[in-house]
Parts: sequence; structure tokens; C-alpha cells
Amino acid sequence: MKQSLFESRHKAEWEQFALMLDRLERGKEASRIASFPKDYRRLCQHLALARERGYSSFLVDSLQHQVLRGHQQFYRHRSQLGANALAFILAGFPQLVRQQWRFVLAAGLMFFGSLIGMGLLVYLFPDLIYNLIPTEQVTEMQSMYDPVAGHLGRSAERAASEDWVMFGYYIMHNIGIAFQTFAGGLLFGLGSAFFLFFNGLTIGAVAGHLTHIGYGQTFWSFVIGHGAFELSAIALSGAAGLQLGWALIAPGRLPRAESLRVAARKSVLLICGVMLFLLIAAFIEAYWSSMTAPTPMTKYLVGAALWLLVAVYLLFAGRTRHAPE
Amino acid sequence: MLESTALPRKATLSPPLDTRYQVETPEGIDLPLRPAGLMIRALAFSIDLGLRGLILGLLFTVLAFLGKLGAGLGSILLFGVSWWYMVLFEVLNQGRSPGKQWMGLRVVQDDGTPVGWSASLLRNLLRFVDLLPFGYFLGAISCLQHPTFKRLGDLAAGTLVIYSEKPLTRPELPEAQPRRPVFALTLTEQRAILGFAERQGELSGARVQELATILAQPLQVPAPRAVTELNGIARSLLGPA
Repeated sequence: MKQSLFESRHKAEWEQFALMLDRLERGKEASRIASFPKDYRRLCQHLALARERGYSSFLVDSLQHQVLRGHQQFYRHRSQLGANALAFILAGFPQLVRQQWRFVLAAGLMFFGSLIGMGLLVYLFPDLIYNLIPTEQVTEMQSMYDPVAGHLGRSAERAASEDWVMFGYYIMHNIGIAFQTFAGGLLFGLGSAFFLFFNGLTIGAVAGHLTHIGYGQTFWSFVIGHGAFELSAIALSGAAGLQLGWALIAPGRLPRAESLRVAARKSVLLICGVMLFLLIAAFIEAYWSSMTAPTPMTKYLVGAALWLLVAVYLLFAGRTRHAPE
Repeated sequence: MLESTALPRKATLSPPLDTRYQVETPEGIDLPLRPAGLMIRALAFSIDLGLRGLILGLLFTVLAFLGKLGAGLGSILLFGVSWWYMVLFEVLNQGRSPGKQWMGLRVVQDDGTPVGWSASLLRNLLRFVDLLPFGYFLGAISCLQHPTFKRLGDLAAGTLVIYSEKPLTRPELPEAQPRRPVFALTLTEQRAILGFAERQGELSGARVQELATILAQPLQVPAPRAVTELNGIARSLLGPA
């Protein structure tokens, strides 16, 4: 068949397909175009014929262009984001954390180990903190948690708008740290390990120092609530990063690039959960931790309950056979 | 002479010299994608960077009037713009951030399908590593050594930055009397002759003459008539309009 005959015979079909693509690309009535798969396959056949018969570049290229657009509409991954999100929060995320328990354990040991270790060391040998943190920052920390000043740098009478300021700040700062900890994993896990140790050491040093100089009450009652979510989130983002690094160090039977891709697909889900944790943490930190009206005892109790909640959630949620889906 | 160099019908073509990346679809079609190199991606990124700076600058000046509330909103915005700008545009605007759109680029998955939330989030989170140790050094190295110009984030997320296809305009074939070629043409020869006729408008007269003269001998025509002869063959291949 001559090219011009072929073209004139199918021209109307192609034009109609182009219109259909326009509509799909604008996201209109996507489900209602029942004939799309059939038309798409037919177009693929036309392209194959055009190539096989040696038709001109213009025809082959424009058919190719149409097929590519069709391919992108036909094979796109459409997810019901709302339903998936709920199932993910209720079951998927804790399941994933348990599934990756080796990395979670490793990251947890690195982070909490260095935190507690450094905290004890600084408590016993107070001068150590000056090796890690510049003097001005230590002074700043001290004035922030000074029980006599009684304002926590965040006074009792502080306006709601100020909570809002801190909420924004915490979101930016903490999620930024979590993202860095995760991304660093691409450097064979070294970046994640570095950020886990670095943050663990810094937080531990501050905690140890403040407890040593007698500001323990203000400090611990402030941090215990949101710490449950914030610290575990940092450890989890580290776990996600270590997973990336491990995929590069020990790819198993896959090529390194492929192994990295598989690991990355899983770890990005962990990061979604981490973001959720950090949003909750920022909320608690801005609106509950900063309140000075409740007694420290209440704060410790609520804080302990929150830690328990996180532990129970990560350990037990989604274990039932009929997990919500 | 010409027959011996041309490929037999149905022969697989030798790998092309250009950077095309073939995606085989489930329908058995090979779709060629054209990956974009470092330079144009850097340009697209600088446009995005400037745009983000502009957005933040404008918003901060507005928010400055709102006092404390503004400061809180400001840091959320800073977070949103610095980590989510690319992700939102890539997912909601068919793989194109404004900079990419301007430079005619788009992000797709390795298999040519549109980029999704998780892949886009991944490639943009891992940007942090591409930035190391300064000014996208690792990203640039990775991009330069990879056959389809992937930076580290693209490697992990399985994504690809390609040139978006522009709609083609139908080329005008030069008028000529349809003629039969003196020997049977192979598929590639047929494509080459049609290509010659379709692209004639873009070439200078002298170049057209020069190209056609190469074929004068196998076509058994005097050199000055080679162009009309080739156009005639192209006409006959195309069929009556």
C-alpha cells in the first residue's frame, strides 16, 4: 500500500485519537473513554506497519509521538491516594518498619546509643560538652531552659501566634534533618550514619549538660512529649538511608543500580511515615510541650504515654490478619 | 555497490551513534526517547532556582507585614518551596517544572510512563546528595558518565529527563513526475530517499545537488538530473496525493 493511501485511510482515526489524548491529558472524564485501549493498540499496529513498509520519517515520527502520548496515558499508575494513605497509616507503615527491623535496629542503636552514651558522659564529665558544641550555643541553651527565668525562651503568656511561629520552624528544621539523614544513605550509608551519630551526640550532650547544671526539670518536661515522635522519626529516616546504602554495599543477586532502585522504592515509603511522625511532633512541640501550666509530673506522664503509643503502634499495628485495606 | 552496503530487509539496525533511549512497550513497539544532557538540565535548574528565589522574596515581603504569624507561615513556605516545589510541579504538570518546561524537558520513568509521587519525591530528596560536596559536583559527575545522563537521584528513583516531543509540521514534497527506481529499493534506502525529499526545503540548493550527485551513477542518470530523479522516486513511493 502506498503511503498516501495509508494516510488518507486512517487519517480520521488518528485525528480522533489525538482529540482523545488531549482530553485525557487535561484529566477530563478519564474513565469514560471506553474505546481508548482498543484505539491505542490499533495506533501501535499502524506505527509498526509504517515502519515495516518504510514510510517517510514524518509519518513514522508523528505516529511515534502519538503512541508515546498514548503510552503515557495508558500505563500511568493511578493510585487512590486517599484510601491508600489511610491503609498505609493504619497498617502499612508499621508493617514496613517491622519488615526492615534490621535497619531500624541498626539506626536506632547508632542514634539512641550515641545519644544516651554522650548524655551519660557529659553528665559525668561536664567539660566534654565544650569539645562538641561552641560555648555561645551552650550559653544560649542554658538561658533557654533556665528554670529561674521561667520562660523557656517560650513564655507562658506567649501568644498563639508565637506557637504558630515555632510550629513552622519545627516543621522546616526537623523534616529537613530527616531528609538529610535519609539522602546521606546514598553515600554507601555513610551519610546516614554520620547524621545519626552527629544528632545523637549533640542532643545527648545538651541533655547531659542541662541535667548536670540542674535544669533537668525544665528540659526533660519540655522534650519528653514530642521526643517520642521526633527522635523515633530521625532514627527511622536513618534506617531508610541505611537501607539505600546497604543496597549498594551488598546488592545480592541484582546489579547495583537495580538493587538501589528496589531499595529506594521501599525506603521512600518509610520517609512518608517519617514525615507524618514529624508533623505530629511539630504539632506537639509547638502546642503542648511549650505550655507551662501543666505540672512537670503531668508532662512526664503524657510523655511516657506518647512513647508507649509510638512503641505499641510500631510493634503491633497492622498485625491482625484482616488489616484495614 | 550500493546493494552491498545497504542492510538486508528486516535486519536489525546497528546501535545508533546518538543518545536515543529505546523503550519497548508491551505492544512490541520501540519508542525512542531523547535523554537531555547536563548543560540544558543545568539551565533548567537555574531557571527554577531563580523562580524559587523570586517566589520566596515576594512572599516574604508580603508576610513581613503579618508579623509573627507571617514568620511562622514563612518558615513553612520556605520548607515547602525548598523541598516540594519540584515534586509538585513534576507530578501535577506532567513531569515539567517551570524551568524544564521552558527548556522543553520533562521527567519520565525509565519505562516512559509519567513520573509518580514516590519516584518524584525520591529523586528530589536525593538531590541533597547530588549537591555534595559543592555545586552539584556528584550529580554532574554521575550525569556525565551515564549513557542516559542520570544523576544519582535519577538512578535511585528510576527516572529519566528527556526532551519533550514537539508537534511536527508536514513537510512539502517538491513537485516532480513520479518515477520508478531502476532497481528494487531496500527499506532503509526507501526511507533515505523519502527523507531527502522531505528535508529538501531545509537544505541549500547546492547541498541538495551535492547529495543527489552521489546517487547519480547507481540511478543511471546524468548528475544534473539526479535531484529530479530522486524527487520523482519519492513521489512514486508516497503515492498519488
